[in-house]
Amino acid sequence: MKYAIMINEGPYNHQASDTAYNFCKAALDKGHEIIRVFFYHDGVNNATRLGVPPQDDRNITEKWVALGKEHDLDLSVCVAAAQRRGLLDEGEAQRWGKDVNNIAEVFHITGLGQLVEACIQADRLVEFGD
Amino acid sequence: MSEENDGKKFMFVNRRAPYGTIYAQESLEVVLIAAALEQDVSLLFIDDGVFQLTKGQNTEGVGMKNFSPAYAALGDYDVSKLYVEKESLEERGLTLDDLQHLTWEDEDDDWAEKDSIRLISRDEVKKLIEEQDVLLSF
Repeated sequence: MKYAIMINEGPYNHQASDTAYNFCKAALDKGHEIIRVFFYHDGVNNATRLGVPPQDDRNITEKWVALGKEHDLDLSVCVAAAQRRGLLDEGEAQRWGKDVNNIAEVFHITGLGQLVEACIQADRLVEFGD
Repeated sequence: MSEENDGKKFMFVNRRAPYGTIYAQESLEVVLIAAALEQDVSLLFIDDGVFQLTKGQNTEGVGMKNFSPAYAALGDYDVSKLYVEKESLEERGLTLDDLQHLTWEDEDDDWAEKDSIRLISRDEVKKLIEEQDVLLSF
């Protein structure tokens, strides 16, 4: 089955991203396809490469990066939601005159059209949030 | 706009009050994109989500953007199905008169102006949800 995944909450404060990660991993292990993971609302905060959680805790962003690399996942971050919350890639940082970018590798900034397109192409949209 | 549409049936389920969180405002942004991509879009307002459609919203005190005028533009995007759960309204002491009067123009009926808001019962909500291809819940 072809799944589109949407994550609406940031890391740590909510379990949504952890659960979505586990879902994606299980689905991929079973041979299903994840056509896109779309980060929206506070979910865009999962994409920051500047998080430094305590060493005895999981690093959610790094887990996504590793899973993304292993399975060539499309980890899409909504541009409007990201701009609001200070999640910028190199191009966005330059465009807005900011001194730093903070998007982790594998993640990429994209538009809401990509969410709708994923919903159209997928057999199922599975949303993780509150 | 005709009721028939080649796109998927997208339903946006709005469950939260318009302010206090950003879900309602950012949900509306997805609605507009789905409509622009010519999907068969409908909106469902349940629980505190019914407050999103109330008229006379004034956000001056909370300093948040009053985005409620955007609902009136939905008709121009061919979004003509705004389902409001009757029980949710009643439980909050609201009636249809407390909501914005939202309309759309029916292309197949000589551009007659029609009401976008459709009151439905909790039982009808279940049926409606079953008919959808994509459910986005905010």
